[in-house]
Amino acid sequence: MKMKWMGIAAAAAMAALSVTSVDAVAKTKACWVYVGAVGDFGWTYEHNHGREMAQKHFGDKVETVFVENVKEGPDSERAITRFARSGCNIIFTTSFGYMEPTLKVAKKFPDVKFEHATGYKTSKNVTTYNAKFHEGRYVIGQIAARTSKTGIAGYIVSFPIPEVIAGINAFMLGAQSVNPDFKVKVVWVNSWFDPGKEADAAKVLISQGADILTQHTDSAAPMQIAEAQGKHAFGQASDQSKFGPKAQLTAIIDNWGPYYIRRIQAVMDGNWKTASSWDGMAEGTVSMAPMKNMTDAVAAEAMKTVEGIKKGTIHPFTGPITKQDGSVIGEAGKPLADGEILGMKWYVKGIDDKLQK
Amino acid sequence: MKLILEKRPQRSAKMALLSPLLAIALTVFFGGVIFALLGLNPLRALYVYFLEPLTSWWSIQELVIKAAPLVLIGVGLAVCFEAKVWNIGAEGQLTMGALAGSMIPVFFTGWQSPLTLVAMLVLGIIGGALFGAIPAFLKTRFNANEILTSLMLVYVAGYLADWLVRGPWRDPDGFNFPKSVNFEGWQVLPTIFGDRIHIGAILAVAAALVLAFVMAKTLKGFEIRIMGNAPRAGMFSGFSPKKTVWFAMLLSGGLAGLAGICEIAGPAGHLQPLISPGYGFTAIIVAFLGRLNPIGVIFAGVMLAISYLGGESAQIDLGVSARISQVFQGMLLFFILACDTLILYRIKLLSGGSRKVTGA
Repeated sequence: MKMKWMGIAAAAAMAALSVTSVDAVAKTKACWVYVGAVGDFGWTYEHNHGREMAQKHFGDKVETVFVENVKEGPDSERAITRFARSGCNIIFTTSFGYMEPTLKVAKKFPDVKFEHATGYKTSKNVTTYNAKFHEGRYVIGQIAARTSKTGIAGYIVSFPIPEVIAGINAFMLGAQSVNPDFKVKVVWVNSWFDPGKEADAAKVLISQGADILTQHTDSAAPMQIAEAQGKHAFGQASDQSKFGPKAQLTAIIDNWGPYYIRRIQAVMDGNWKTASSWDGMAEGTVSMAPMKNMTDAVAAEAMKTVEGIKKGTIHPFTGPITKQDGSVIGEAGKPLADGEILGMKWYVKGIDDKLQK
Repeated sequence: MKLILEKRPQRSAKMALLSPLLAIALTVFFGGVIFALLGLNPLRALYVYFLEPLTSWWSIQELVIKAAPLVLIGVGLAVCFEAKVWNIGAEGQLTMGALAGSMIPVFFTGWQSPLTLVAMLVLGIIGGALFGAIPAFLKTRFNANEILTSLMLVYVAGYLADWLVRGPWRDPDGFNFPKSVNFEGWQVLPTIFGDRIHIGAILAVAAALVLAFVMAKTLKGFEIRIMGNAPRAGMFSGFSPKKTVWFAMLLSGGLAGLAGICEIAGPAGHLQPLISPGYGFTAIIVAFLGRLNPIGVIFAGVMLAISYLGGESAQIDLGVSARISQVFQGMLLFFILACDTLILYRIKLLSGGSRKVTGA
């Protein structure tokens, strides 16, 4: 490993010293900018895992490089520029706050392809990509409603952006599909990664009667609390069963590998195009960890739901859906439009929380 | 045989100048040791870390951008610390300056004139100064320790910014994402030498030059030095300790606030929850590394900017952890504080016999 890094370092040094040598490098270079540490066992960990899969898939034909812990704002613009200058052919920027810097740098390097995760602005050489995590949340909602004894789940969340709200709603709709009286309690911790606050939120939710926890934050703390208190929880972003061998029912796994492989291949083939990718279970970007600590019947039902979502026969947001304010949205039997989900600002009926206006 | 520290009859002017250089040399040396322990070629690693950022016009521009806020805050803190007023909360004053200045683009989105920018910068200074006034008031009225009050206010400012950007000030067309509207036209600092370096860099150098003059040539500078080093003597000559606290806090707060709005109206271009990656704290190292001398602070700011950029190149080119910058910054502060001992003490080698060690 060390030798390899030395080799990369030497190559980078040569590239930096002689500006013209870039053309001589036939390898495709793919670069990643991470907001967290690769060892966070959550968001960044899975993006890095995707990078490793791409590296393994392409072997010698592709060189991959990453930089971690890059602050959103001017620092990220510099990090992205550095990559663009160093001969990266495609650059993946994996945090929402990188949106404007990515667009700015992309304008200056029209020949480099940029891919921004979770954003909503594209340009000639900037694609956005995200995943339909709400598909997984629908499945775990169903499992929660089947497994819970108190009929209450606790949901630990970061920020009220549409993706997070859609996740809460999908979880609730999944739960309601088997138990219409199911309750979801929500605690906002206003952070993507804060083990202390997430642990506190988990304890509060359990003391309020929740016996199943799920989260839209990145640390394994809620899983550890659930394990310690003999409750159940769902892993976030990656399989967290080692933090809660008895607690974890399953986990929604972000699997970016296939997407990264596809996009790098497109760059190599010269047919990369701007898009707004939104893959889900069907493409393999969202997958579930092994179902454990539940009855076989519940596991079988969950697997059936997964199959249905993959085939397209089940859609988490199928109308009509009753909102928290009592109004109804969607036509019977038809899924909501993507735009409605991507801009979701309302709760489904039955969620024990209020969204700020 | 043993080493002792012996008090010098007076401050060593030579060591005062040598101490930061010695600290940098020790940091580089032990940095090399760390790289070697990580299994890297130390010379090549040190080259990547300290020299490569200086080898291209692009990275020199980035250095200037990184150094500008550090210098702007650092010169204010240098004066503040010279007066022995310990403002540790520049990070909070920076945040408040950024918020105050951003009120213009957030509330008067359509207003476009050169005055827009002037108003933003002035509001930035006022925001930072007012936030610096809180510890000054608590200190002068209740004798509350400004180290604690200013530091705790950093968190207050941080949470206020967080709430505003996620709540009332967020971009109405931004799908609830935590960012303000994008600043446009005269809401953005003009750039020089290309499209990256903004005029905040000029403001930083100007502030350093003005404060260097004030400290060296004016009565105010004399007042600050004497109130810092011999407050009783200063009081006999008619200076007020309270006024010194107020001056130091308002000045350092105002400059931190200016740095804040320059960051947001410059390289960032919009408000977001994270306004600074800790410039207000790093500037404390800058002030001390620069010998609390405004001109020295310029060089110290560039040095610390290198430690940031070098950490990034080391990460990419050498595959070391992103924490390496913090390790280097920590070592630098540690060594400079250690080396400063040599200004007042000298090391003596004693042969035989035991003498009491005269410690600090």
